[in-house]
Amino acid sequence: MLPFILKRLGLALLVAFTVSFISFSLLFLSGDPAAALAGETASGEDIEAIRRLYGFDRPMIVQYLEWLFAAVRGDFGESYYFKLPVAGLIAERLQVTMTLGVCGISFALLTAVPLGVAAAVRPNSIIDRVALFLSVAGQAMPSFWFGLILIVVFAIQLGWLPPSGADSWRHFILPTIVLGYYAMPAIMRLTRAGMLEVLNSDFIRTARAKGAGEGRVMFKHALRNAIIPVVSLAAVQMGFMLGGSIVVESVFALHGAGYLAWESIARNDLPTVQALILVFSMFYIVFTFLADVLNAWLDPRMRSS
Amino acid sequence: MTDDTLLKVRNLTLDIPVGGGTLRAVRGIDFDLKRGETLSIVGESGSGKSLTSLAVMGLLGKGIKRSADEMTFEGTDLLRASKRKMRALRGDRMAMIFQEPMTSLNPAYTIGDQLIEALLLHRSVGRETARARAVELLEKVGITAAESRLGQYPHQLSGGLRQRVVIAMALMCEPDLVIADEPTTALDVTIQAQILRLLVDLTREMNMAMILITHDLGVVARVADKVAVMYAGELVETGPAASVFEAPSHPYTRGLLRCIPQPGKTERGAPLGTIPGIVPSLIGEVSGCAFRTRCPHAVPGCRAAIPMRGDDVHGYRCVHPDGAISAEREIA
Ligand SMILES: Nc1ncnc2c1ncn2[C@@H]1O[C@H](COP(=O)(O)OP(=O)(O)OP(=O)(O)O)[C@@H](O)[C@H]1O
Ligand SMILES: [Mg+2]
Repeated sequence: MLPFILKRLGLALLVAFTVSFISFSLLFLSGDPAAALAGETASGEDIEAIRRLYGFDRPMIVQYLEWLFAAVRGDFGESYYFKLPVAGLIAERLQVTMTLGVCGISFALLTAVPLGVAAAVRPNSIIDRVALFLSVAGQAMPSFWFGLILIVVFAIQLGWLPPSGADSWRHFILPTIVLGYYAMPAIMRLTRAGMLEVLNSDFIRTARAKGAGEGRVMFKHALRNAIIPVVSLAAVQMGFMLGGSIVVESVFALHGAGYLAWESIARNDLPTVQALILVFSMFYIVFTFLADVLNAWLDPRMRSS
Repeated sequence: MTDDTLLKVRNLTLDIPVGGGTLRAVRGIDFDLKRGETLSIVGESGSGKSLTSLAVMGLLGKGIKRSADEMTFEGTDLLRASKRKMRALRGDRMAMIFQEPMTSLNPAYTIGDQLIEALLLHRSVGRETARARAVELLEKVGITAAESRLGQYPHQLSGGLRQRVVIAMALMCEPDLVIADEPTTALDVTIQAQILRLLVDLTREMNMAMILITHDLGVVARVADKVAVMYAGELVETGPAASVFEAPSHPYTRGLLRCIPQPGKTERGAPLGTIPGIVPSLIGEVSGCAFRTRCPHAVPGCRAAIPMRGDDVHGYRCVHPDGAISAEREIA
């Protein structure tokens, strides 16, 4: 197990370096950063002055390393727009996004996995049909529309929950449902397909022949094997939720990191965009790594490969 | 019927609903098994051998309908036993060994876990005791360094070793009956004989009864006390192994026997006998002898229902008093 983890860790670090370099290069790919900073009316001399002031005239590799070492220490520079340290800005927004992401993926897993198992245990039953309906509806319905419906029904008409903001845990209920429901169909169908396949395998028959009860057969013997691909999928979706829940954050006016990224792109706030891309990528890398470790624990065959 | 009867099956019938009707895969078969006895069920692919054994274990798939006049195991009525009772019997008093060693162990757990589970499901002993029992059985099935094997996963073992583990697992609770459904077919030829030898020795040593399902009549001749020959869901001949091999009384049994090479008799390179023709469809009723379409001695009388002939111990289902053995002699 340990060699496997170290190998994966090495791989993750390698990917992290590559990603950090790419996100740093964005500064230069999007045009002359000095000119962008100086504004449209600036003279050539002003631009040169800014170039020297910000150090854009030095070799790229030097700038990259400087940026990287600062970033590792948590210093992402100053936002062009807010004139505040990027790190503090992101940290505040990330809290909202992470809360939402963790709640969203938990909601998705807690509904999708039991539903997928139940559907697989009794294919074509009522519960299977309900599960199929929920998954098709979840995929067909745009998140912003579903979010608006929930706001209209539960916030405006029934008045049970607040329609927007991030002040208390109650503010997170509706966004969690919308975000979770977005991830639910794929997890549900993968669980169902996995369970159907595993339930047909010989070792399930062996378990029954040993005298194991249905519960033990389903959960100890079948689900343990069927859940393996679901873990990888959930990790990807988790990474996606932490970076890409812009729609949900906008609908519910939750000022999270996704929303900040969107604003910063519009404002040409390069240090913030750079930092966000780096942070989002790190989330992906961390979750993929954790999923690999979890999978290796679930499936011993993976450890040796 | 003496007291040492372990398993008694009368008129077992299995119906499977399929697209265009009902497939009657097993058609009213009878057999008995005494303690310590080995019964071999032989017959072509699709003749209903596996379904018969699954029916005894109570492991038939959903939708398969089982009916019988009688089916008792150690005095328990298997037809009426509750799910809970069946669970208590399975793995404890009756165990099963399947054909595919590569896939019949759970890839996610160590073999130690799986062996121990087999005991803990039925005995309230501590993990240490169960572990010791697992080591003991691994040694019994000829696995060296048993202690260290417990921590290994199925994918780390060869097919032969896995089948030994499967056998050890089936024997954890010292069952009274072991059903082995083609336990060696998936293995290398060189290993087949070893595994079979092992199985036979262990059942003798532990005084267990065994139902051995196999295509290999050579094996049957060596290890079985009794033979049941199945064709298209019916028992066409049944009796003590010695008697069936010496005086096969159904043309199908004789056909099967011609398909095995015999040391000394069969010339090297000479073609083995095959039985021409195909098994009839099992959908709906099959009236009369199912083998008549492939039988060289078929007469109009074969279309009627065929009663069991012979005596209490060695019976066969054929209209010819001697299974038309006289006709065969004339040709030969
Ligand atoms: N679940 C099922 N659904 C439909 N048909 C089935 C099912 N299980 C078995 N059958 C059919 O029942 C018949 C008997 O099957 P069974 O598996 O008992 O044969 P077998 O004698 O064990 O053959 P083999 O030597 O190939 O293992 C076959 O024709 C098979 O196709
Ligand atoms: Mg079979």
